[in-house]
Amino acid sequence: MPLSTSDVTHVAALARLALTDDEQEHFRTQLDAILSYINTLNTLNTDAISPTIHSMKSLQHALREDSVQPSLVHEKALMNAPEKEGRFFKVKKVIE
Amino acid sequence: MKTTVQSIKDALQKKEMTASEIVERCYQSIKAQDKTINAFISLTEETARAKAAELDEKLRKGVPVGALAGVPIAIKDNICIDGTRTTCGSKMLSNFVSPYTATAIEKLIAADAVLVGKTNMDEFAMGSSTETSYFGPTKNPVDTSRIPGGSSGGSAAAVAAGFVPLALGSDTGGSIRQPASLCGVCGLKPTYGRVSRYGLVAFASSLDQIGPFANTCNDLALLLNVIAGHDAKDATSLPSAAPDYTTLLDIDVKKLRIGLPKEYFAEGLHHEVDRAIKDVVKKLEEHGATVKEISLPHTAYAVAAYYIIAPSEASSNLARYDGVRYGFRATADELVSAYTTTRDQGFGSEVKRRIMLGTYTLSSGYYDAYYLKAQKVRTLITRDFENAWNEVDVIVTPTAPTTAFMLGEKMNDPLAMYLSDIYTIAANLAGIPALSMPCGVDSKGLPIGVQLMAPVCKDERILALGKYIEEN
Repeated sequence: MPLSTSDVTHVAALARLALTDDEQEHFRTQLDAILSYINTLNTLNTDAISPTIHSMKSLQHALREDSVQPSLVHEKALMNAPEKEGRFFKVKKVIE
Repeated sequence: MKTTVQSIKDALQKKEMTASEIVERCYQSIKAQDKTINAFISLTEETARAKAAELDEKLRKGVPVGALAGVPIAIKDNICIDGTRTTCGSKMLSNFVSPYTATAIEKLIAADAVLVGKTNMDEFAMGSSTETSYFGPTKNPVDTSRIPGGSSGGSAAAVAAGFVPLALGSDTGGSIRQPASLCGVCGLKPTYGRVSRYGLVAFASSLDQIGPFANTCNDLALLLNVIAGHDAKDATSLPSAAPDYTTLLDIDVKKLRIGLPKEYFAEGLHHEVDRAIKDVVKKLEEHGATVKEISLPHTAYAVAAYYIIAPSEASSNLARYDGVRYGFRATADELVSAYTTTRDQGFGSEVKRRIMLGTYTLSSGYYDAYYLKAQKVRTLITRDFENAWNEVDVIVTPTAPTTAFMLGEKMNDPLAMYLSDIYTIAANLAGIPALSMPCGVDSKGLPIGVQLMAPVCKDERILALGKYIEEN
């Protein structure tokens, strides 16, 4: 099923990307071609196969003691902020 | 001029050069030629010179120094060093200064390496040619009308041009091995989890690995030795300690079983590349190795599986770039458009393409058909290798289907670009170690690379075989 313009608009919204009209059509054609290629996976029967989330079979949940350890200090955490005020990152209004 | 770690060690020991002189020579060659090649995004001159001066003081006093003392090393610009710009080749992070240092870098510093600068890369490591960088493409030092490969093109070029003997890159689908092949240097993607990802800007977390570039496989082993090991700060770090790779570089070729997967020697492989790989294998056979044809039957599905899994993980990892805590922020009137405009303006088209692809394949209604399906295919690909290891010890293939292509040649056809990863991708999906080393040139003088693959946690096997090939 070919990718429609509304599919692209929907995905762009989910991904928080403001595409221009030209970009939308450009990406639609390219993504459609890529998805057609990817659909070759459907020729494989994988009903009895379990998914691999991770290549490390022995991966344990890496937990540690719940004790306070040093972390990033405020000055460093704020040092790249485009907008800040005191010890806070400054953002657009979140609640109307 | 291609140097090795040993040649620098010798020069320092014999007092032929000081560490400061070595660093000066390095910067002189970069300033003379990097305008053309564009391997570096930024240079860390002040800290490099200070480190070299500190080492010269230690050497004068006879204080012991680290395994990489005085060796200039270039670092891919997606690896964080406290106080340096880390741009990931993107407008989104063009002014971002890292507030902390990656574990692999801390180990380099402890080993007394001299970090000289940050290298160019495809934006957020997405690409196979270093053409998607916000800072312009890197040129292949062997032929500057051609690409160096990607995404670690800057690191590969820095070593190939003789600026530095060592570099670090990252490999998610071939981004160390493919540029190594195209530039004529050695590059290793270690076993997944062998090198800490703490401080590597995440692209696809289940695939990313930091790895070394060098002029010889022996030097790859020296560099791996420094950066490998368990790290509590990386939840995907292998729990076991890394061995001393420098003690594991002997190999008895007469006992070696080499596998040539037929799927890697089929349509699409340039005949000159094919012949160069077969020549390497023939020589090993003459020295006593057993060579057999094997099959990795799901090879044809690897690129498709990767181009679901990697973009899906990337769409999640790149959600953090919203202009709030760091990076580029566009002017906007309200919250949602602040995000959408920042991201549309801050990211280049390849990144946007992959974010959208990943968002689509993870979205409601499509997750099972795409992401879950791709993960099942990943199981099949992993099993292909596990079955192969019952019959052979090492798998030998070409690294790339062709030699370096021209700048601009594949930029309008993303799918064609993706297909150039065809031989490298499966190793990332299976988590196995894989390296590329030079094995000749084509009729245009362009480098050809041979890829060696081994089972999980057998990185030393391919390093040893690579060393054997280059010394015999």
